[in-house]
Amino acid sequence: MLSTPPAAFSRKIVVESLSHAFDIDGRSVPVLTDVSLEVAQGEFLAIVGPSGCGKSTLLNIVSGLFPPTTGRVTVDGVPVEGINPRIGYMFARDALLPWRTSLANVAFGPELAGEPADRREARARDLLRLTGLAGFEGSYPSQLSQGMRQRVSLARTLARNPDILLMDEPFGALDAQTKLVLEEEFLRIWERDRKTVIFVTHDLFEAIAMADRVAVFSARPGRIKSLVALDLPRPRSVTAGRFGPRFQDLYDRLWDDLRYEVVAAG
Amino acid sequence: MPPVSVAAAAETGAVEARERHRKLARRQEQLRTTLWRLGVLVAFAGAWEGATRGGLINPFWVSGPSLIVADLWKAFTSGSVFLHIGVTLYEAFLGFVTGAVAGILSGFALARWDRLSRVLDPYVTALNSLPRVALAPLFILWFGIGVTSKVILAFSLVVFILLVNTYAGAKNVDQDLIIISRLLGANRRQLTVKVILPSSIPWIFAGLRLGLAYALIGAVVGEVIVAQAGLGFLISHSAGVFNTTGVFSALIILMVIAMLLNELMKATERKLLRWRPQIPGI
Repeated sequence: MLSTPPAAFSRKIVVESLSHAFDIDGRSVPVLTDVSLEVAQGEFLAIVGPSGCGKSTLLNIVSGLFPPTTGRVTVDGVPVEGINPRIGYMFARDALLPWRTSLANVAFGPELAGEPADRREARARDLLRLTGLAGFEGSYPSQLSQGMRQRVSLARTLARNPDILLMDEPFGALDAQTKLVLEEEFLRIWERDRKTVIFVTHDLFEAIAMADRVAVFSARPGRIKSLVALDLPRPRSVTAGRFGPRFQDLYDRLWDDLRYEVVAAG
Repeated sequence: MPPVSVAAAAETGAVEARERHRKLARRQEQLRTTLWRLGVLVAFAGAWEGATRGGLINPFWVSGPSLIVADLWKAFTSGSVFLHIGVTLYEAFLGFVTGAVAGILSGFALARWDRLSRVLDPYVTALNSLPRVALAPLFILWFGIGVTSKVILAFSLVVFILLVNTYAGAKNVDQDLIIISRLLGANRRQLTVKVILPSSIPWIFAGLRLGLAYALIGAVVGEVIVAQAGLGFLISHSAGVFNTTGVFSALIILMVIAMLLNELMKATERKLLRWRPQIPGI
């Protein structure tokens, strides 16, 4: 059931026979086995899989946080060696610097790059407006709701203008309603400039509503079980598309694959 | 005006009224607390005064509130006490500042260089476990009976408090913050200055507050052992001539100074740590 990305797009991220094992108490615990994957320029790839299947590890390796045990990752044809700030990475936990205001948090990446204060602040202001936080520039994270903090986190991820977004369950810690709103807004933002996205989630609805393709990972050690192209039209609405027959078909098919792995993962 | 707005206005009015009511209730509660506190003081001082005047206890040993107030009045109006206050504050302040700077710098150094901290760990622990006040006679032997020995004693107390707190603060930085900052392109120096340092500030402040109290302890203990001036000297000198009133006067001055310093520290902390969630009662 493997599908290749459309030939018209260039290959942005290439993962070649990647395996990874962690050393836990002197034992080698494999988390990923022989994962090969191509993500096209401007493609939105979702990865679903049971807990502990190595989804986050894959993102960490692509981001350059640590090298894989074997195999390799290239971005734009260049092997990933160390962190590349042009790759934006967003977590489920907001990881905002608590002593910085929203504005200063968003401006943090450009600040690290040595961008002058007036430019980075103007950009941070724009991004906060884009993520619906105009008026909260001066608030500290402790004064914001979880949904708002995740909006700041999204704005911060966008502030270095990355071409690739790695998102590790970015809305996973939010309540159901806030999650829907943020998904909708993220999709709107993404559809403007179509950055390449790898989006890890537990939520099959979320994956189908947003992605171009969905990769289902097996239980640990994770490998790609199936890779399904979604032929749902764009622009999409996270909520409106959810009850169509096509959506239901895709959901059933992916859930069949996923359920087996979730049960296997215990 | 459409009826919806009227309802909304009424709603807003109700909310405001509730808010006003809450504020009033809070203020009344504060007033009650203050009155009770005063009550406790008056009852205690009254019992003390009564016991000494009624012949229950001999004021020779425990003095009495009226005697102490009179003594304090005399000390402040004659100005004789200011020299002693000045000397003690000077010693405590010098010991505090030098100890804090040295402690914070070495705390960060130990956190930054793992090998250094591994090698020095047992020595730091050993020195930290030693009750430094026990070093006072040695310091007096080495540095004389003047100001220097007290500054060194205060320094020796403060430096370890700040070292341990700064080290703990720098080591307890939320790993998510480190990772996200690295992903955003932070180099090692930027990580230290923009993440680890600000994240340790609350720990350092906790250390500074404790350190300030200990600096005062160091200065006073040194003075009690041997000195020519200072509040500790005043205490030991008064006790030496059986002047309990003088002892209590000096103790009360010390108490007030310590409380004022602590309040000053808390105010600075509140200002610098605005970003922290407000915790009632602190």
